[in-house]
Amino acid sequence: MMRAVILAAPSVDALDNPALSALLGLIVITLIMTLGVMFATWYERKAVARMQQRLGPMRVGPWGLLQPIADTLKLVSKEGVRPASADRIAWDLSLAAIFVPAFLVLVAIPFTADWFVSPMDLSLLYILAVGGLSFIGFLLAGWGSDNKYALLGGMRAAAQLISYEIPMILSMLAVVMVVGSADVYRIILYQDVVPLIVWQPLAFIIFLTATIAELERQPFDIPTGESEVAGGVFIEYSGIRWSLFQLTGYVNMYAYSLLGAFVFLGGWEWPFGTDIGWGYQLLLTMVKMALFIVFFLWVRTSFPRLRVDQLMSYAWKVLLPFALAQIFLNGLVLVYDLPDVVLLATSGGGALALCWLVYSVVRVKPRQPLRMVGNVPATAPGSVSG
Amino acid sequence: MVAEQRPDLETIDMPINMGPQHPSTHGVFRMVLVVSGEKVVDVTPHIGYMHRGGEKLMETMDFRQGIGYADRTEYLAQFSAELGYVLAVERLMGVEVPERAEYIRVILTELNRLTSHFMFAGAFGIDSGLFGTSMMFAFREREFIQDLFEEISGDRLMYAYFRVGGLAWEVTDNFVQRCHESLKTAERGIRDIDDLLTHNEIFMGRCQNIGAFTAQQAIAYGLSGPMLRASGVPFDLRKDEPYSVYPRLKFDIPVGNYGDVYDRFLVRIEEMRQSVKIVEQALEQLPPEGPIVAEKLPRRLRTPPGEVYAKVESPRGEWGVYLISKGGDKPYRLKMRSPSFCNLTALREMTIGQFLADAVMVLGSMDIVLCDVDR
Repeated sequence: MMRAVILAAPSVDALDNPALSALLGLIVITLIMTLGVMFATWYERKAVARMQQRLGPMRVGPWGLLQPIADTLKLVSKEGVRPASADRIAWDLSLAAIFVPAFLVLVAIPFTADWFVSPMDLSLLYILAVGGLSFIGFLLAGWGSDNKYALLGGMRAAAQLISYEIPMILSMLAVVMVVGSADVYRIILYQDVVPLIVWQPLAFIIFLTATIAELERQPFDIPTGESEVAGGVFIEYSGIRWSLFQLTGYVNMYAYSLLGAFVFLGGWEWPFGTDIGWGYQLLLTMVKMALFIVFFLWVRTSFPRLRVDQLMSYAWKVLLPFALAQIFLNGLVLVYDLPDVVLLATSGGGALALCWLVYSVVRVKPRQPLRMVGNVPATAPGSVSG
Repeated sequence: MVAEQRPDLETIDMPINMGPQHPSTHGVFRMVLVVSGEKVVDVTPHIGYMHRGGEKLMETMDFRQGIGYADRTEYLAQFSAELGYVLAVERLMGVEVPERAEYIRVILTELNRLTSHFMFAGAFGIDSGLFGTSMMFAFREREFIQDLFEEISGDRLMYAYFRVGGLAWEVTDNFVQRCHESLKTAERGIRDIDDLLTHNEIFMGRCQNIGAFTAQQAIAYGLSGPMLRASGVPFDLRKDEPYSVYPRLKFDIPVGNYGDVYDRFLVRIEEMRQSVKIVEQALEQLPPEGPIVAEKLPRRLRTPPGEVYAKVESPRGEWGVYLISKGGDKPYRLKMRSPSFCNLTALREMTIGQFLADAVMVLGSMDIVLCDVDR
């Protein structure tokens, strides 16, 4: 199978230069993603509104479809205020430190069998490594803003991102062990009959949970918690800078959803095989990605925020041991060359054990219900009964 | 690498100013938190941003004008505030209120309790980090009751519908039917919020064992209302020192066992169910016809000299009016005992040692109204 590069028609000589074509591809992907993010903001507002029995944006364009354009215009035209006491270098660098890795991740993502910017043999490793850089930006923004809420938010973000990176990478490692390659492309091809979610349900659950934390979406939006730190690291940013941060958040959401769709749901390969043409492949990718995004939105409207200590203990005491166990079980399967069914059995058992643990140990214990004091005779005025 | 020892640098706890413009201080409340990492070491509440000299203002108004000011003090439970003020004047004047007016007062006050607790449930969900879903669910039903109030009083916020000796005017013809409709939607709202929050694992984990107060502590701090009952003290003015027609209505008082934030939430949700029961009974017993204002009231209300303390169970606790009159048509001195203010005094003790995020939860669980705190 030929791995063409996005936009690189073989007849155009100038694009034979791999560096140039990669650059062009990056620009195109940035533009597509920006448009995609604009749609995502509209879709998120609409979907969340429906879940909350509202209509969402309705005024600008049909069903409010032009709302993101109006929002973008407003945000870009707003004044970018910088606090006088901010550390200028950290303040500006943080933007790049968060913004650039998010887009660099997209370089290694194969949107269809033929469409991606740059082929890599270790694309999964690359995605995880580059995607994990953003905590530096959060720390920089938190420190550089010279604001205590931002500082708290930055510290929270760094702690959270690093903590959840580990179970997520380990769950990916489990997949890599099964497939025998750290190339997303190979991982997708591996799933031509059965998607990996069947063989590795435990890894999938860990990945899904850790992804929400990585994306800092509810219920893991502790670094930006509106009701606590009032926006966290973004509190002092405004105008175009703030909108770039938001853009990055959505790009990350796309990237991780795509990753989940490729690694666990079979991407464009499963269930129709590779030969269905790029159009259907793209459609299949989009549908699977949308499943993740809708799940994130659904969770967002349903759950309150965790507390910092709960968040940390969940990562280190629950997810991490189970991720390690998954790797250990996969290792056994590899070493003794057991059939794939064992993978399903061990990982499925692990997933059940995780659910059981969360249900019976982590879960809040039921308490005594309220007492109902009914029809007590009125006590003497001024005295307190009970 | 060992960090370089710098004797000129020291580690201090970080003071954070929260409010008056913070999303979760429920109005213009400001607290200066001192945090060590994420733990709260000290809290200093600052109040008074909404102080308008309400008590003094009411002393310059005659007894009818003061009713409007009671609304503006407790703007989430306006009917409770009006009732407290009106009761004080009536007791001083010795006015008998007609039965129909009493029932309508109770119906409206309990519906008002529903709207107030809906407001609490919605805002508390946001405090706990839920993205507005609880607020939307709560406000959907609150709106129906609000419409009913608007139909009756002509205003959405400042009803000024109770009068000394009764009511301002007769309720609308479809009042009973509209009340039943509102109750039906309210029940749906209670159920939705119950489904959304009460058994939510994260919500329980966030709320339980936070800001717990024992019964002794609660009494020592002078807490009242759901705050007090959550701590295990079955004290409710509607039962213990009944006023209006409450003795004729059957309802239960929910009492908590742990006194923490979660119990306060549960108590309020249960109180909403009880309020629905109360309104249903009151609608049954409501005399279909009759006067709505006491007869032989003078055009200009004058009280004999004396003093009186009238208190009602508002959604937040004991809302009292202490009124001294030296005769004439104005109070000589008027003091409002607001539950928001008294409950707020417990904030410091409840918050110290908790996480920063829990300070927000504790404040949210108090369900304060800042106009009521500052007056």
